[in-house]
Amino acid sequence: MLITCPYCGPRDVIEFTYQGDGNRERPQPASQNLDAWNAYVYDRLNPAGDHNEIWQHSGGCRAHLRVVRNTLTHEISSTAFARGGHKSTARHKAEGKS
Amino acid sequence: MSPRRTDAGGRIDRLRTIRFTFDGASYTGHAGDTLASALLANGVTLFGRSFKYHRPRGVLTSGVEEPNALVTVLRGEVREPNIAATMIEIHDGLTAVSQNRFPSLAWDVSAINQLGGKLLSAGFYYKTFMGPVFGPLKGTRFWMFCEHFIRRAAGLGRAGTAPDTARYERMNAFCDVLVVGSGPAGLMAAKAAADQGARVILAELEPHFGGSANWSGEVIDDMPGADWAARAAGQLEGHDNVRLLPRTTVWGYYDGNTLAALERVTDHKENPGKGEPRHRYWAIRAKTVVLATGSFERPLVFPGNDRPGVMLAYAGERYANEYGVLPGDRIALFTNNDSAYRAALALKKAGAAIVAIIDVRPELSSEMRKLAGEAEAEILSGHAVVATEGGKALSGLKVQRFDMVSGALTGDARSIHADCLLMSGGWSPTIHLASQAGARAEWNAARQAFLPPRPTQRWPTQQWIGAGAFTGSFSTAEAIAEGRAAGLSAAGAAGALSALPSVEAAPGDPDPAPVFEIRAKGKSFVDFQHDVTAEDVRLAHREGFVSVEHLKRYTTLGMATDQGKISNIPGLAIMAEALGKPIPEVGTTRFRPPFSAVSIGSLAAERFGDIKPERLTPMHDWHIANGATMYSAGLWYRPMIYGHAGETIEQAYVREAKATRESAGIVDVSTLGKIAVQGPDAAEFLDRVYTNMFSTLAVGKARYGLMLREDGLAFDDGTTWRLGEQDFLMTTTTANAGKVMQHLEYFLDVIWPELKVHVTSVTDEWAGAAIGGPKARPILAACVTGTAVDNAALPFMGIVRGKISGVPVMICRLSFSGEMAFEVYCGAGYGTHVWEALIEAGKPFGLVAYGLEALGTMRIEKGHVTGAEIDGRTTARDLHLDWMLSKKKPFIGSAMMDREGLIAPDRLELVGLIALDNRPLNGGAHVVEVLDEANPHDSIGHITACCYSPALGKHIALALVKGGKARHGSRAFVSDPLRNRFGPIEIVSNHFYDPDGSRMHG
Repeated sequence: MLITCPYCGPRDVIEFTYQGDGNRERPQPASQNLDAWNAYVYDRLNPAGDHNEIWQHSGGCRAHLRVVRNTLTHEISSTAFARGGHKSTARHKAEGKS
Repeated sequence: MSPRRTDAGGRIDRLRTIRFTFDGASYTGHAGDTLASALLANGVTLFGRSFKYHRPRGVLTSGVEEPNALVTVLRGEVREPNIAATMIEIHDGLTAVSQNRFPSLAWDVSAINQLGGKLLSAGFYYKTFMGPVFGPLKGTRFWMFCEHFIRRAAGLGRAGTAPDTARYERMNAFCDVLVVGSGPAGLMAAKAAADQGARVILAELEPHFGGSANWSGEVIDDMPGADWAARAAGQLEGHDNVRLLPRTTVWGYYDGNTLAALERVTDHKENPGKGEPRHRYWAIRAKTVVLATGSFERPLVFPGNDRPGVMLAYAGERYANEYGVLPGDRIALFTNNDSAYRAALALKKAGAAIVAIIDVRPELSSEMRKLAGEAEAEILSGHAVVATEGGKALSGLKVQRFDMVSGALTGDARSIHADCLLMSGGWSPTIHLASQAGARAEWNAARQAFLPPRPTQRWPTQQWIGAGAFTGSFSTAEAIAEGRAAGLSAAGAAGALSALPSVEAAPGDPDPAPVFEIRAKGKSFVDFQHDVTAEDVRLAHREGFVSVEHLKRYTTLGMATDQGKISNIPGLAIMAEALGKPIPEVGTTRFRPPFSAVSIGSLAAERFGDIKPERLTPMHDWHIANGATMYSAGLWYRPMIYGHAGETIEQAYVREAKATRESAGIVDVSTLGKIAVQGPDAAEFLDRVYTNMFSTLAVGKARYGLMLREDGLAFDDGTTWRLGEQDFLMTTTTANAGKVMQHLEYFLDVIWPELKVHVTSVTDEWAGAAIGGPKARPILAACVTGTAVDNAALPFMGIVRGKISGVPVMICRLSFSGEMAFEVYCGAGYGTHVWEALIEAGKPFGLVAYGLEALGTMRIEKGHVTGAEIDGRTTARDLHLDWMLSKKKPFIGSAMMDREGLIAPDRLELVGLIALDNRPLNGGAHVVEVLDEANPHDSIGHITACCYSPALGKHIALALVKGGKARHGSRAFVSDPLRNRFGPIEIVSNHFYDPDGSRMHG
C-alpha cells in the first residue's frame, strides 16, 4: 500500500502509523456529556468501503494525515493534512498509476 | 545407457554426465535433467511413501505441483525437506534422500497403516485426540503419550537442526510490466511490452523460458517450439529495459500491485559463485501485471490412481520430449479429454508402445481416432480404469465399460498389461495469483474449470491482465495472440500490426467430459500428498460438513505443501456430487500466498540474529568498565548492579541502596524520555495534557505531573521543568517516551491545531545523572561552580544552571529515592565527563554508583509508582494520586475518569505488603484472604513489585489489592502456586519508608 504524503510524496505504508478512525469528534474539553465522550472514545465506524482515517507519517515528516481508504480494496482516494483541513495537492487516483 | 533414456531428442546435454546420489545410491544423469527425470531414466519408480498410509508413491507430475515425489536435499549438515524432485536440477554432488519411511523406502514398517485404513479416515485427529471420555484411562495423559507416536508415523520430511549457513538476500524492483510465466503467452507479452519501451520483468519458475513450447512438440514460426522460445528469450535478453528472472517463483500478490517472488539463485550449482546468495527474495512493484501462469493438468480419481507408474499425461509427454526419458515401455492412457492423444503420439514417437487409450467418452472425434491410429494404440472409448496392479511399480490395470452419465460400470473387467498409466482429467488454469489479488473465479461449464473473471478484472489497486491457458485459452495459437495483446495493453499501447507467429499443433477440443471420479472398490486418491480419498470427502459430507472451507479443514484436502494445486477441483466435484449441487454453488476456496513453498531464509534475508537496535547511554562505557551487569530495558541497556567479586545480585543491590541512604549514590537516568515543549501556548497545552496545573509553575521550578488517557485511565508520569516562560522540558518514563511523544503530536496536530506549541524529542540530547543521599548536597557543592546549591538557591523542585568541570549543567532538586536528591543534566557528549567529575567529587563522601535494582528497591520503599503499577488498568485514584487531579480545568481523561466502574469501591488499589515469614515475595503472586494451596481461589489482588528492603530489614512488595487503604494493618496471604510460594503477609501503606518526606526535604 502506498500513501501519498503531501510533504514527502508517495511512500510505503511501513513508514506510517495508523492513528484511528478519522470520523471521531472530540467533545469540547469541558463537556460533561458522557454519551458524547463515550462515542468519541469507543465507537468506531467499520465501513465496508471508503473510510476516513488518520495516519501519522511517523517514519517521515511526522505529520498527521487524513486518508480516505477503501477497506475492501485498499484504494486510497485522497490524502490531506489532518491539521486545518488543507487538501492535499497530490490528490491521487488508484495507486500504481503514478 | 540408462534403461529408460531415449536414443535422441530432448533438451538435455547428453555429452555432460552428472553424478548424484539418492538414498545413498549413486546415479548419473545429464545436464538439464531434474532429479525426477534422472531417476526415471535410471528406472527408479519408487520416490517416497505417502503421508498417512505409507503407500509407495512415484512421480506424478513434472512440475511445481508435484505432490508425491518429495525428497530431502542434504547440503553438508543442513537438510531441506519436502522439495519436489521435479523442481530439483541435478548437479554433481547433489545428495537427496527419500522421506517418511522407516527403515527404508523399499521396506517400510508403517505401510501396515494401509490395512487400518478405516481407522485413519477423515477427521482422524479430531476424533482420536479427544482422549478416552470414560474407562480407566479417562483423564490420564495416555493419549498424549500415544499422540507422539501417531504423529511421528504421519508426516513428511524432517527439518534439520543445524544452522543454515547459506546467505540470502532481498531485492526491491520496480517495473512497468511484470510478466509472470514465460510460456508462449508470457514470452509474447514480454516482447510486446518491451518493444513499446516499457520496463519489463519476466519471471519464470522453471530454469528455462518457454513453458509448454519446450515439450509440446508444436512448431512455432516454422521452428520447433523450444527453439522459438530460446530465440524469443535471447531477444529479450538484449533489451536494456528487460530483466529476465529464471528459477523465480512469483508467490504473493499484495496491495498496490506489489508482488513477492523467490529466485533460486544457486540451488542448481555445485559451487556457487563468490558472493552469490542461495535465494533472493524480490519485492516487485509493478504498474501492471500480465498473468500468463498457464494451467495444471488434473488427475482422474479411480482406485489405485496413486500407484507408482501412474502419471499425468502431460508429464509423460514432457519427460519424453524435454528430458528424453520414457516413463514406461508399455504405456496406457486414461482420459476424459483430447489433450492426452497428443501425449500418446509423442511417447510413441519416442519409442514406447502405447497399449491402449481408455477414454470415458463414448464418442470420439475423427481427429482423435486418427492420432490414436498414428500412435498404434487400441481405443477403448466409453471405458474406465477401475483398478491398477503392482507394488513398487505398475504391472497392469483393469478396465470396464463405463457410462459417463450414470457413472455405472458394466461388463467384465479386462486386464491390460502396462508399466505406465498416463491420466488426464482436464486442465485447471493456475489462477492462484489472481485469486490472491481478489478476483473471484468463475466456473466455466464447458472447460469444467474455474476461470479468472473476464474480460479483465480491474481491482483498483491490483491491476493485472491475463493471457493464455491462465484464461482458459488452452491452445498455443490463442496464447500467442492473447499474450501479445496483453503485453501491448499493459504497456499502454494500442493494438498492432504485424502478423502473429504461426503455430502447427495437434488438433483437439479444449473441453473435457465432466467426469472426475470412477467409483469402484478401492482407495481412490483425491489429494495425493495428504492421502485424502474420495471416500473421505463423502464421509465428511455424511458427517455434516457442507461448506467447502469446512470440507478442506476436516479432510485436510488441499492443505499439504502442494496446497491442492491438482486436487482442489476433483475434491470439489466429488463434494458437489455428494451434496447434489452444481460445482459453482459449492464454490471454491480462495488462494492465499504463498503459491509454493518459500524458504524462511529468503524472508529474513540479511535480517537475522539479534536485529534490535541498541540504545546506549553516554556513560555506557563507564558502566561496563566499572563492573556493571547490564540489563536490557526495551532497546536501552542500563546497569542492573555494579557487583563486587563474590556478591549475589541481592547482596549488590542491598549494598548499593544502603550506601545511598547512608551517604550518597548516583544513577544514570539518561534513558528517561525528554521532550522539549516550547511556544506561546506551551503552558496551556501542558494544563490540558497533565491532570495537574502547569501554567502556575514558576520559571526555574519543576513539578511532578500525571497524564491520563482519553478513557480516564493513568497513562504516564514524570517531572516537567519550566526553563523559560514558553520553554518546558518534559520527562517521561523510559518505556513510554515514544508513546507520549506520539500522544502529544496527535493532540497538537489533529485536535488542537490552534495551539502554538512545538514538541521535540530531546531524549538523546541530554545525559542525566541522579545523585541522592545525605551527602548529595556536599558532593555537588564540591564540584558545581557558577551557582550555589544550598536550600535557598536550590529548594525542593528548584532548578539552577551552573558548571561541573567546565561543562554547563542543569540541576533540578527532585527525588525518586526518597533521599535529598538532584538530577544533573548536561549535553549528551559531555555525559561521561560530568559523571566522572561527580564520581571524583563524591569519593571523600562515600558515593557509590547504583543500578536499576537499587533504584527499584528505593522506589518500592518510598511507594512510588512506575509502569508496573501504571499498567493501563489503573486510575489515578487506584494509585492514590487523586490529589493530582485538578478540579479547576478540564484535561485529557477528565470527563471519563469518574465513570461508575472507575470509582467502584472494589477496585484494586495500591498498597504495601510485608512478608511475615521473612521470605522473598514474587512479582505476579496473588493476594488471598484464605490460603488454600491445593485449590487456590478468590484472589483479592496481586503483587506488582517486590524486593528485600535494607531500610526495613524485611521482604516487602507493592501490590494492587481490592479495598486498598481499608485493609491497612490487616493480615492476608500470598498465593503463588506456580512457584509454590505461600505465606502470611501484612497489608500496609505503600509508603514504607520516611512517609512524611523529611529526608527528601532535608
